[in-house]
Amino acid sequence: MSTPANTGTATNAAPGVGLSAAARELAERHRLRWWEALPWLLAIGFYFAFPRYLGFGTEMLITILFAISLDLALGYAGIVTLGHAAFFGAGAYTVGMLAKHGIWTEPITGLLLAAAVAGLIGLASGLVLLRTTGLTLLMLTICTMGLLEESANMAAEYTGGFDGLDSLPIQPVFGVFEFDVLYSTTQYLYVLAVLVICFVFVRTLVYSPFGHSLTGIRENTLRMHAVGAPVRTRLVVCYTISAALAGIAGALWAQANAYVNLSVLGIDRAATVLIVLVLGGYGRLYGAFVGAVVYMVLAHFLSRLYPSAWQLGLGLMLVVIALFARGGVLGIGAALWHGRGKERGPS
Amino acid sequence: MISVVEFANMLLGGVAAGMVLFIVSVGLSVTLGLMGFVNLAHGGFAMIGGYIVVLSMNRLGVPFIAALAIGFVLVAAISVVFERLLYTRLYRASELDQVLFTIGLVFVMIASITLIVGPETQPLNLPSWMQGQSNLGFMTYRTYSLVLIGAGVLIMLGLWLGFERTRMGAQIRAAVDNRRMAESLGINITRLFTLTFAFGSGMAALGGGLGAEFLGLDPQYPLKYLVIFLIVVAVGGLGRVTGVFFAALIIGVLDFTLKKYLPQGGTVFIYAMTILLLLWRPQGLFGRAP
Repeated sequence: MSTPANTGTATNAAPGVGLSAAARELAERHRLRWWEALPWLLAIGFYFAFPRYLGFGTEMLITILFAISLDLALGYAGIVTLGHAAFFGAGAYTVGMLAKHGIWTEPITGLLLAAAVAGLIGLASGLVLLRTTGLTLLMLTICTMGLLEESANMAAEYTGGFDGLDSLPIQPVFGVFEFDVLYSTTQYLYVLAVLVICFVFVRTLVYSPFGHSLTGIRENTLRMHAVGAPVRTRLVVCYTISAALAGIAGALWAQANAYVNLSVLGIDRAATVLIVLVLGGYGRLYGAFVGAVVYMVLAHFLSRLYPSAWQLGLGLMLVVIALFARGGVLGIGAALWHGRGKERGPS
Repeated sequence: MISVVEFANMLLGGVAAGMVLFIVSVGLSVTLGLMGFVNLAHGGFAMIGGYIVVLSMNRLGVPFIAALAIGFVLVAAISVVFERLLYTRLYRASELDQVLFTIGLVFVMIASITLIVGPETQPLNLPSWMQGQSNLGFMTYRTYSLVLIGAGVLIMLGLWLGFERTRMGAQIRAAVDNRRMAESLGINITRLFTLTFAFGSGMAALGGGLGAEFLGLDPQYPLKYLVIFLIVVAVGGLGRVTGVFFAALIIGVLDFTLKKYLPQGGTVFIYAMTILLLLWRPQGLFGRAP
């Protein structure tokens, strides 16, 4: 940075003009790249190529959205949680209970209501949980989820208890496109559209100054305090947004399947989404896509044929990722692409 | 009104359950306090111990007490191999990596047990003198529960003496309180940790064997009881033997009583209590403020 042209800040020059290579890379971080169209092209291609598997595809898209919501809290802000299914379940039960008791059956506003309920729970729990760190935080997220799960189990009159609520009467999207349980064409396109909107929102968020401050908190909380960043407020806001997105994913799940049961709130679901995210690579925006596809395709074909071998393989995969490949599939890909050995941690 | 006999029944049942929780969780508490390692696979070592005990009794005809000793030794040995080869690489890693690694390990353990032994529940056949009821003077009670309480008290006393009266116990206490200071005083933390880890896993195996009768023993064991073991440790405070003991007793009695009188909502109460307690004292009931 010795030449006069390079000492000027990026703000008074057009981005990318008169900057060193590294500065240009920074200034253009948020630019769309050609390969970012790939997941969406593949998703549309899937619709035409596998009309019989659209139910499976819908489940996959919902898992992607759920994993993205977790990525925001865990990958970007570094909040280690094992209780994210609490918000998925809150969203699913919001839609399910409103529909079953005939209060609200319109799907799109249902999503907003679910996001609001899950977001409120995220805000309320985040305000108290995020005072703590480490094992205490981990335990509190698990206990919050357990509390919701047991409450749903107890309030059988409203939630259906252990059996859950089935045959939810969900209205057609825009009053035209009906949800068909056998052929999930409407579900697939509807979920895909919601995923696109949520993804654009999250992508904008993580490249905003707010998103960068989250990364700062993840990397060095003490230093962020020292530079005067409102660390706890940022974390609570991030946790709330993440919870609302997870609530939307849960609401989509309830609408697409027309039922909701206790499985949406369990530790199994919370652990699965964590595994999906880590498999793809956390803190990378596209890790959720890769992880969901890899996990669900493998699970779909292996878990029914060889359940124990599948679990063994999954366990070994997690061990290997934790020990040697912390960036997941995308991390390995990036390391190979850049040809600079092992990549440690998310970018 | 609850009669005295009914009350004693409840208390004894809860205390027996608490003893098993204590024996399994104490190792987890000490290793967490010592290294800050979030070992979610601790329940897996308890399960492996339980299987060694039950299988050596049912298939090889080993007596109960001897089977417990074999379980302790074998699991302690296995855990040393795991610790030296794998765990040690993650001591300085992030909490997330530790959580992922140990969840992965739990899956591997569950799948291996399912593949080798099978998915069905393994029964524990107690020796005849531990079966039936014992006369306590004013009431009779299940002999095995009394055996569990006796074993728990003995182990607690042994651990307490070991912690307070031996050189190694003093080293562990010093390292839990301030690892860097202990290291600069020349305490070999790595060796200390390996020994503690092995001992803690052995204790888990003992708990797995002793508790197999009423916790049940099947491959899902480490996931099923993961949360309750963690709650005991978090409530008791990290690295505190007495803390884990009292926390295990409180939770054992609460769980037992609530399951009896409020079969639907008992667990809610335990979750809510844990949340409130951890918000009030993040370091647990008996832990020291950081």
